[in-house]
Amino acid sequence: MDLLTLLIIIPVLTIIGLVFCKDHKQVKIVAATGMSVQLLQCIYVVIAYLMERKAGNKAEMLFQKNYMWFDSLNIQYSIGVDGISVALILLTGIVIFTGIFASWNVTHLAKEFFISLILLSSGVFGFFISLDLFTMFLFYEIAVIPMYLLIGIWGSGPKEYSAMKLTLMLMGGSALLLVGLLGIYFHSSAGGSPLTFNILEIAKVSIPIEMQRFLFPCTFIGFGVLGALFPFHTWSPDGHASAPTAVSMLHAGVLMKLGGYGCFRIAMYLMPEAAHEMAWIFILLTGISVIYGALGAIMQKDLKYINAYSSVSHCGLVLFALLMMNETAFNGAILQMVSHGLMCALFFALIGMIYGRTKTRMINEMQGIMKVMPFLSVCYVIGGLASLGLPGLSGFVAEMTIFVGAFQHPDMFHRIATVIAIASIVVTAVYILRMVGRMFMGPLDNEQFQGLTDAVWHEKIATVALVVAIAGMGMAPLWLSDMIGNSLGPIMDQFSMLAP
Amino acid sequence: MEFGYTIWIALIPFLAFLITGLAGHRMKPMVSGLIGTVGIGIATLLSYVAAHQYFFGVGKVDGVYQKIIGYKMEWLRFSETLAIDMGVLLDPISVMMLVVITTVSLMVHIYSLGYMAGEKGFARFYAFLGLFSFSMLGLVVATNIFQMYIFWELVGVSSYLLIGFYYNKPSAVAASKKAFIVTRFADFGFLVGILLLSYITGTFDFVLLTDPEGAAITQGSGIAFMGLSVMTWSLILVFMGGAGKSAMFPLHIWLPDAMEGPTPVSALIHAATMVVAGVFLVARLFPVFALSAPAGLEIVAIMGAFTSLFAAVIACTQNDIKRILAYSTMSQIGYMMLALGVSGYGGADGLGYMASMFHLFTHAMFKALLFLGAGAIIHAVHSNFISDMGGLRKYMPVTHITFLIACLAIAGIPPFAGFFSKDEILVAAYQNHMLYFLVEYIVAGLTAFYMFRLYYGVFWGKEKTYEHAPHEAPASMTIPLIILAIGSATTGFIPFQKLVTSDGMAFDIHFHWNIALPSIGIAIAGILLATAFYRKGSDMPDKIAAGLGGLYRAAYRKFYIDEVYQFITKKIIFNLISRPIAWFDRQIVDGSMNGIAYITNMVSAGMKDLQSGQLQQYAFVLVSGVLILVLSLVYLMNN
Repeated sequence: MDLLTLLIIIPVLTIIGLVFCKDHKQVKIVAATGMSVQLLQCIYVVIAYLMERKAGNKAEMLFQKNYMWFDSLNIQYSIGVDGISVALILLTGIVIFTGIFASWNVTHLAKEFFISLILLSSGVFGFFISLDLFTMFLFYEIAVIPMYLLIGIWGSGPKEYSAMKLTLMLMGGSALLLVGLLGIYFHSSAGGSPLTFNILEIAKVSIPIEMQRFLFPCTFIGFGVLGALFPFHTWSPDGHASAPTAVSMLHAGVLMKLGGYGCFRIAMYLMPEAAHEMAWIFILLTGISVIYGALGAIMQKDLKYINAYSSVSHCGLVLFALLMMNETAFNGAILQMVSHGLMCALFFALIGMIYGRTKTRMINEMQGIMKVMPFLSVCYVIGGLASLGLPGLSGFVAEMTIFVGAFQHPDMFHRIATVIAIASIVVTAVYILRMVGRMFMGPLDNEQFQGLTDAVWHEKIATVALVVAIAGMGMAPLWLSDMIGNSLGPIMDQFSMLAP
Repeated sequence: MEFGYTIWIALIPFLAFLITGLAGHRMKPMVSGLIGTVGIGIATLLSYVAAHQYFFGVGKVDGVYQKIIGYKMEWLRFSETLAIDMGVLLDPISVMMLVVITTVSLMVHIYSLGYMAGEKGFARFYAFLGLFSFSMLGLVVATNIFQMYIFWELVGVSSYLLIGFYYNKPSAVAASKKAFIVTRFADFGFLVGILLLSYITGTFDFVLLTDPEGAAITQGSGIAFMGLSVMTWSLILVFMGGAGKSAMFPLHIWLPDAMEGPTPVSALIHAATMVVAGVFLVARLFPVFALSAPAGLEIVAIMGAFTSLFAAVIACTQNDIKRILAYSTMSQIGYMMLALGVSGYGGADGLGYMASMFHLFTHAMFKALLFLGAGAIIHAVHSNFISDMGGLRKYMPVTHITFLIACLAIAGIPPFAGFFSKDEILVAAYQNHMLYFLVEYIVAGLTAFYMFRLYYGVFWGKEKTYEHAPHEAPASMTIPLIILAIGSATTGFIPFQKLVTSDGMAFDIHFHWNIALPSIGIAIAGILLATAFYRKGSDMPDKIAAGLGGLYRAAYRKFYIDEVYQFITKKIIFNLISRPIAWFDRQIVDGSMNGIAYITNMVSAGMKDLQSGQLQQYAFVLVSGVLILVLSLVYLMNN
């Protein structure tokens, strides 16, 4: 069995194992074991990838495999990874691993819950290793559909509404996306060769610019909906507010990265001319996302809404960086995906844990809970500091790389957009410190909170894993940034002829 | 490398932070305190060794102090030319700062063993002190501007954590938040400035940036934008960061509130080390400022002069002992900034630069002493207000004498340290512009006045009734006071012009009696006035205050700057920007998404009636359709 397919096999085996489980305890043990193995496998993939590169393998994609599965349309199961996908695979491994431990207390239909959750993650893994547009789309849908069930069944608040809204908006995106992908497919033939869905093959072909002008917005917006592109982001606050903890973690932590990754790997990589031409429109939209999300977060009172808006801001920065179209900014965008994924997972995990105790997510109903839950509070503050870009934690590395990259454009338009994006770090500090100050500090007045307890072991596993990952990335970012940077060469070649 | 060990000066406090931070709650409080203190003690020794080796050994080559890279590793790479390195750059100012930071930090560590004894969160306090010391040391030895920015942010967060140390107190939480956000706003300028600077010069590296013959200075001025070169703009933006950290007007509002933190913290962070980071930043980039952006330097001078006067006036009216000292710190930093601003580059032209660094050094000694003394006083009387104090000289002799030495030093009375450094600043100001000199001259008088107002108010004046009789602080607190008092009395004799100069070359200074005598004169006048008003207590000050009316009230209310900020953040940003955005997002953006769904629903609800399954309806539609067709056909045929 090859290295990458195992990333799908392990979740599938775990799901099969779950089907035969008899009680909650078994369900949790199987799920936790499966995802621990999966995390180890992800780490192994990273190591194997780095070893292979060190040994001098210069291929664009490593560990490539192709299997034909639908001959008449030339659809293949073709897989392979470069530094970018490896980074995101590692992120997914960490988030799903911690997600299992964060949903330890799910009792209602636990088996079905974990099955859906793990199915979702298998879709994500499949998406990141695919090199075939059709297969990729398939995995994309596998990742999106369970979300509906997870929110609709295990959610809270107006869960049917949120689940429906989220699914419909993402499906709307998918419809655009499908148009885009088919359009690309029908222009993938160069000089009589058969039509193909293979990304690497299509990259060698130049799609006519007239078609690009139509297909690029389709794919970019199609993926952009998932990446919380303004004004298609409104599923995010409602969706997160209703979603159960682990679902929010996976959704903000990983699923939103599918959007950014797709924008990058498909829309921009395959259609660089149109990307170059239309960048300004999307720079405007993403620039708005960045500052608008941050300003919107200031006035929110519900923890999940704060983080949902914060995600709009941070994910906006991912797309913003991609549109800057130079090596540094690309690198920053991928780093930001990883960093934001870790931070968001940590935030949503902690919000779930705190909510489970205080039964409220409103910041003005909590005060001084640092006193009763020092561990959770400290982790939350660390997450907050990462989010506002404190050096030594992951957010700083990603943001600085983006800003340095974006600053390489000397013209007024890019400068102003960049400075506005940089201004968001001040706004971020405002809402993060406001939240932290309200919730954790001050006297503990509420009688009901006096008896609350701090984290237990499975919660500690989840939070410590994420905090360590955030701090590790923040303190020693060079290997990750190098791993991503070394894979950007072929992508830069696509753009190099466009440089003004 | 012979200076390789210098990396440990910063790393040892970091290790202490990790140990006390991760395991502090499992140890006895005193153990974590001792771990921190021993750690910083070793770092202090190492930095003295490094200073000795640098200044009196290998640092000087052909009569010029060199920039030596003690240690360097790549941390993050952005592109071919731009990378963040982590390392140790040794040159006169960074070595001097190492000495200042480790010395004051060690004193504060020892002092806090007594001052913080029995506090809840003792281990946390020492962990944060370690984090701060690490960050501050990393800042001053930065080899490139991005490393400096990284540690700059880290000192900011340590300051945030320490101001909010008493996190049960809402005022402390508010103050910590304010400090972080105001400096963050300033750092936004700093960051844009760094990016612009690196874009023009193609490097972050200090050695390359500040080389007077290097490409960055000789050809880096760039195109003009609004009358100033881009280089000047980038340096002004960088200075904005420095102004935020160093509490220059109008970014100073966080510093007085920062006094909510424990007093040893105020001594370390908000008097001696972190708040002078802005001065250090300008000094670090001084060749770039002086040689390619003199307009930027002009701004530094104006800001410095204005802030020093502004803060000194406020200091005369305040009642809280720590706030008086905070405004005094602002005022003294204004001196340092002004000195940099009026300085030239190279040889004796660099007098202002030398004076600024000199004053930074002496100020760190006497201001840390003042704060630690204030801490001992607060410890004894459990109040921050002068109105609750008086006649303490009998009860606290050591604190009294050391505090008096510090007051004499800051007032500029020879032979105490402040006299020498302040005198050089006045000379430098005099040589540049008469106005600067006059402002600083007045400030010197005000300084002497408000410091002795404080001194008499606390130690003389009418004795108040105390709950418990005040008593002298324990030895762990008085020993640092004595050591710093010795420093405040003697460091003025260090020949800075031979050691710390703008281009690394020694020069000679001449003693200017025509400036020194008047400055001693105005200091004595200030002291005498304070003696008359406050030694025995008199109603004159109140009468004068009443006579000044609105002016006094404005100064007492700190010229309403806080209110202006309140208005901007609460009224404008929160209510006029953020709230409408939140509304817009929910109602308009999301509303239109819901609207689309709603319309789809309506359309489908309408359409579903078409397929009702009722045969009569189908027949009716069929017949009506046929009828309409036939009728229209007939109608058309008839025409």
